[in-house]
Amino acid sequence: MKLPNDATITTDLLHPLLNTSWRFYLLVAFLGSIVLMGLSTWIFQMVMGFGMTGINNPIFWAFYITNFVFWIGISHAGTLISAILRLVNAGWRRPVTRCAEVITAFALMIGALFPIIHLGRPWLFFWLVPYPSSRMIWPNFRSPLAWDFFAINTYLTGSLLFLFLPMIPDFAIVRDHSTGLRRKIYGVLALGWRGTTKQWHRLETAMSIMAVGIIPVAVSVHTIVSFDFSMAPVPMWHSTIFGPYFVAGAIFSGIAGLIIAMATLRKFLHLENYLYPLHFQNLGKLLLMMSLLWGYFVFNERLTVWYGNHEADMNVFWVTQTGSFSPLFWTMVTVNFVIPVIILGIKRFRTITGCVIASCGVCVGMWLERFLIVVPSLGHKYLPYSWGTYTPQPVELLITVSTFAAMTLLYTLFAKFVPIISIWELKAGKHPSPALFPEGAREHPLGEVHI
Amino acid sequence: MKALYAMYPDGHAAQRAVDGLRKAGVTDNDITVISAQPMEEFNFSHIGHKTYMWYIACLGGLVGFAGATGLAYITETSWPINTGGMPIVSWWPNLIIMFELTMLGAILASVITLIVTAGLGRRRPALYDPEVTDGKILVGVENPRDASLPDLKKALQIHPNISLKTI
Repeated sequence: MKLPNDATITTDLLHPLLNTSWRFYLLVAFLGSIVLMGLSTWIFQMVMGFGMTGINNPIFWAFYITNFVFWIGISHAGTLISAILRLVNAGWRRPVTRCAEVITAFALMIGALFPIIHLGRPWLFFWLVPYPSSRMIWPNFRSPLAWDFFAINTYLTGSLLFLFLPMIPDFAIVRDHSTGLRRKIYGVLALGWRGTTKQWHRLETAMSIMAVGIIPVAVSVHTIVSFDFSMAPVPMWHSTIFGPYFVAGAIFSGIAGLIIAMATLRKFLHLENYLYPLHFQNLGKLLLMMSLLWGYFVFNERLTVWYGNHEADMNVFWVTQTGSFSPLFWTMVTVNFVIPVIILGIKRFRTITGCVIASCGVCVGMWLERFLIVVPSLGHKYLPYSWGTYTPQPVELLITVSTFAAMTLLYTLFAKFVPIISIWELKAGKHPSPALFPEGAREHPLGEVHI
Repeated sequence: MKALYAMYPDGHAAQRAVDGLRKAGVTDNDITVISAQPMEEFNFSHIGHKTYMWYIACLGGLVGFAGATGLAYITETSWPINTGGMPIVSWWPNLIIMFELTMLGAILASVITLIVTAGLGRRRPALYDPEVTDGKILVGVENPRDASLPDLKKALQIHPNISLKTI
């Protein structure tokens, strides 16, 4: 396996930007219509009132908050994985990082939308912003919702910049290979990039600093999302394990999302010369590790509750293990643990198809996990008279489906207008710094160091 | 702006040109090397590598930390709300806000330093040739002194096939 030469890399990766097929328009129209349907449904919900949803006393958080946690989790695919791989200078990251970072940006935007969709009067969403206002409502920094605001916005800002900075040299490449209006637009986006040695140094230093900074921020974001639950004295929520449990689950679902996105891009943009089976095998190994870690956390959580034998906790425990939520629970265990361990644990099955099958299962399983955290606990609080049930209504289902279409649409548009694989980083892989490698080492074209 | 430069097919040729310019008495600050990707295995890639960005990022982090501390403290004391029996100024939850804004400060400081020190977004004309994106490496001198032009031409002309360009 050898990387194509520099000219071929540029031609291949600019091809989707400079050429548009009718299939692109068809896909955008299809996805756009689903997104429009979701927006119309949301407007319908606003006009008719929140009673159109299945959300009611005592289950005030359901599909929307499940989606919120799910998408924030998916967002951990990109920036966190990219930052870790950059810091350890894993050469095989080069074709992967941008595909991953884009997921973060869009998943965060979609995730952050759900608390607003969940508002009865979403046009007053700015009341969520913690600023001293004329309404004399001052921010309460002891509320996990205020922590969410700071954490998600810091992560979103950092992730967008982390995505944008390495795109600048690629915008310059597009600028130099295009004409007319396109040249003007990419010229503005390239910010006058020339590629002097000084600019390369500054860019790489900035990326290193951001990689160092973004990792703890990414961990903090999902820890804080877990605090939305664990700070409340609700059965099976008030647990010290929730922070790391949520972070592990987020990385788990994030890697799964990344594998699906990469396989789709490889297939439809013909990136076989850049996204090798090795990339999927490496990500598959990461997914396997996270699957085992996820299983470990679930076992810890369940065992501690079962051993404590507290009545309120046990009510939630049994309703998920053997009660009405048990089909969802055991489906979750099967697709999050059993199937990935079998597929990814056996080398022969760790193919691109195998990784995609395991990843699809993990995405479904992690959505179920969030649903099973939110709904059974709220439906089985301490006093049985306040128990309740929840059935999702069409508006919630339609809005949920439309966000998946929105994610695909945004990703498609991004891949159309920006090189989805970083051109300069791919080329830079052929010019590694001698300081990074011990004497006698050479770098494989994919970036693996062979001593 | 006026400039004298040449395009080289690979890093080795560019390195020879840079070495020639150095021998001709041109300092690293006056040599411009432009490539389509960082080429760290060549000595010329170290031109202009000195930066205080890490320190500035730390400073940005400190500013973010101080801002968050002030914001939380002033807000809590200006409008005291009794929440769950917690102290009015609760440092445990405040630490979360302080952490996030510290990191945000460091990130923003890095990006601003990058934009300023790398000269991004400036409108003034600069030495550049679009052939760079096709894999060529530009080595040149911006605003050279007229007296030094013969020496510079000699240094850049490492091979008869290399054609010199001027702006």
